[in-house]
Amino acid sequence: MNETKNQYYTEITAKHNLFDLNLKEVWRYKDLITLFTKRNFVLTYKQTILGPAWIFLNPLISSIIYACVFGGIAGISTDGVPQLLFYLCSNAIWIYFSSSVNKNAHTFTANAGVFGKVYFPRLTIPISNVLSAVIQFGVQMFLVAGFLIYYVLTGAVRPNWHAWPLIPLVLLELGMLGLGCGIIISSLTTKYRDLSILVSFGVQLWMYATPIVYPISALKEGWMKTVLLINPVTAPVELFRYAILGQGAIMPGALALSTLLSVLILIIGVMIFNKVEKTFMDTV
Amino acid sequence: MSNTQENREVAIRLTDVKKMYKLGQIGGGTLQGDLQSWWAKIRGKEDPNTKIGQEQRLVGQTFMALNGIDLTVYKGEALGIIGSNGAGKSTMLKLLSRVTAPTEGKIQLYGRIASMLEVGTGFNGEMTGRENIYMNGTILGMTKAEIDAKMEDIIEFSEVREFIDTPVKRYSSGMYVKLAFSVAAHLDSEIMIMDEVLAVGDMAFQKKCLDKMRDAAKKEGRTVLYVSHNMNTIRQLCDRCIVLDKGKVVFEGDVEEAIGVYMGANSRISLYNDCDSIPREPIADGLMHIHSIELLDLESPVIYNNQKLKASISYSSKLDFPETAFRMIIFNGNRVPVGMIASQPEIKSKQGLNDLTMSFDLSLLAPGEYNGRIVLYEVDKYGNEVVHDVVGDAFTFRKEYYNPDNVTKMVWKPAVWGNINFPDAIIHNDGV
Repeated sequence: MNETKNQYYTEITAKHNLFDLNLKEVWRYKDLITLFTKRNFVLTYKQTILGPAWIFLNPLISSIIYACVFGGIAGISTDGVPQLLFYLCSNAIWIYFSSSVNKNAHTFTANAGVFGKVYFPRLTIPISNVLSAVIQFGVQMFLVAGFLIYYVLTGAVRPNWHAWPLIPLVLLELGMLGLGCGIIISSLTTKYRDLSILVSFGVQLWMYATPIVYPISALKEGWMKTVLLINPVTAPVELFRYAILGQGAIMPGALALSTLLSVLILIIGVMIFNKVEKTFMDTV
Repeated sequence: MSNTQENREVAIRLTDVKKMYKLGQIGGGTLQGDLQSWWAKIRGKEDPNTKIGQEQRLVGQTFMALNGIDLTVYKGEALGIIGSNGAGKSTMLKLLSRVTAPTEGKIQLYGRIASMLEVGTGFNGEMTGRENIYMNGTILGMTKAEIDAKMEDIIEFSEVREFIDTPVKRYSSGMYVKLAFSVAAHLDSEIMIMDEVLAVGDMAFQKKCLDKMRDAAKKEGRTVLYVSHNMNTIRQLCDRCIVLDKGKVVFEGDVEEAIGVYMGANSRISLYNDCDSIPREPIADGLMHIHSIELLDLESPVIYNNQKLKASISYSSKLDFPETAFRMIIFNGNRVPVGMIASQPEIKSKQGLNDLTMSFDLSLLAPGEYNGRIVLYEVDKYGNEVVHDVVGDAFTFRKEYYNPDNVTKMVWKPAVWGNINFPDAIIHNDGV
């Protein structure tokens, strides 16, 4: 009997190897990831009057609000960059990161119905959530591009074109970080529901600990700046704005730390996630 | 049979599989509570989250949903799994379809699994039928290319072609189920697992599904695991059956025997049947109370061929009733009534304890296991029936054919022929 030669042979035991990340199987389900990603979009805008126009309206409205509140009322400097463009840009990159965390934080609880009835690699759902966030980011960049072209032509903004090739790396890093944080939280929420409530507050707090509504140059040296530099989101955000707006800086040290943290968090996240996914149906 | 099985290819093998669940609430429910319990345990103190007065040994009490399952399923086999509620059927299917992991033991799967623990998993009301086919198919493990290749077959089988581009939230529940089953049935998997999925859909569609699954096993050599409480579909589909009870396999083998074991485990099969503990239905006025029914002149509750069933019924009456009538309804193993036997309203019941002995001619009854529901009633002067006591499932017996001269006598097939064996046809000419 050549039983073990069967290409679909699976063995299920109680033991779980932490380093068995099962990524090959995730790849086999790549069509599912595509479909989940598509579904995320289709469903958000079904039965709405404006439909996909919301993808543009959402960031535009919130950027205008930011420009009014932080730029107008609080009078926070944007280092000479036109306020609307500054906030559109910051908003796009932050929404990309925060929605990766927020959506993934509910992976297990939101999908318990499906997970309880059929097996597929659970990691497909968080991955598709991050991919949706990438696409949403891409769409928002069209909006940014529109304003950017105008301001570049009028000479108000001078982008650092040579740094543009680094933008995909910024996305990759933030994606890994968001995915990692999201799935760690979702793994813990299978037992403790409190966490999912905390997440939305935590993410909001995180935004203020990141130079999103203000440039890092607005801060003086001190503990607050140290916190900002340890925050793994800071360096990629600054790099992103450095490329697009010509404002901000490349901080090699902080960038290296941030990359290291992101990779570490992602690996730990996937390990915990894979451990939890095996039996979470018994506790959720 | 056992010899040939040695050489057959294995599809699923379970080795000493156990699944444990904790009783009561899992954990303290909050991180703080869990930390407190953990800290108390470390210092050897009493758990502060234990309710006062709660017995210590009950804390952490566990429940074995599966308690050491050893099972081998071969390729191309349609295996039925039966057992009463809580026997561990669904837990077993959950482990096999990898929804949750076993606590102990090993499960080996030689092939892809398509599990239908629920029809329509992953269906989204906002999406159209076609979009849902893709969604559902990929969730179940198909690639988009595989679905494209089978799209026509799926739509054809589902019988909802006109509505395929309409959001499924507008579907009737029947259409929904048909579409969902079609997707699952067209999977390219080597192993199919199904939990009561046929309980939905109309008769015609149910039959179509059963045929489809039988083909999957017989013609395509796929392995089918089927769980149902409907013994008829088990009979129609499966060629081997296991009976689960309290997390263990208590029987493995022939389908009819397995059903017999399952039914036997469910009903008390004995000569003396105590009826006092059986809950009564409110249709009876309670003026009489049946205490017991005892089958007489038998060594076990089995009757052969034309043998009559003789029974003694003990009952008490609150008043004198000179014209009591008796009725017995016979049910088959699927709880379907097969027939009724009545007495004339001539039984004299006196106040107090009564003992009634009767015999019944059950020669028309086909072989199988049956149970009886007994009714004591009276017809009042207006012709209305006044029911004094009803005992459902009062006793169980088996009918068997005994034919020492003719060993080739056919085996009765209740699923196909029903439960009544009428007398042989009378031949008037010999057909030449």
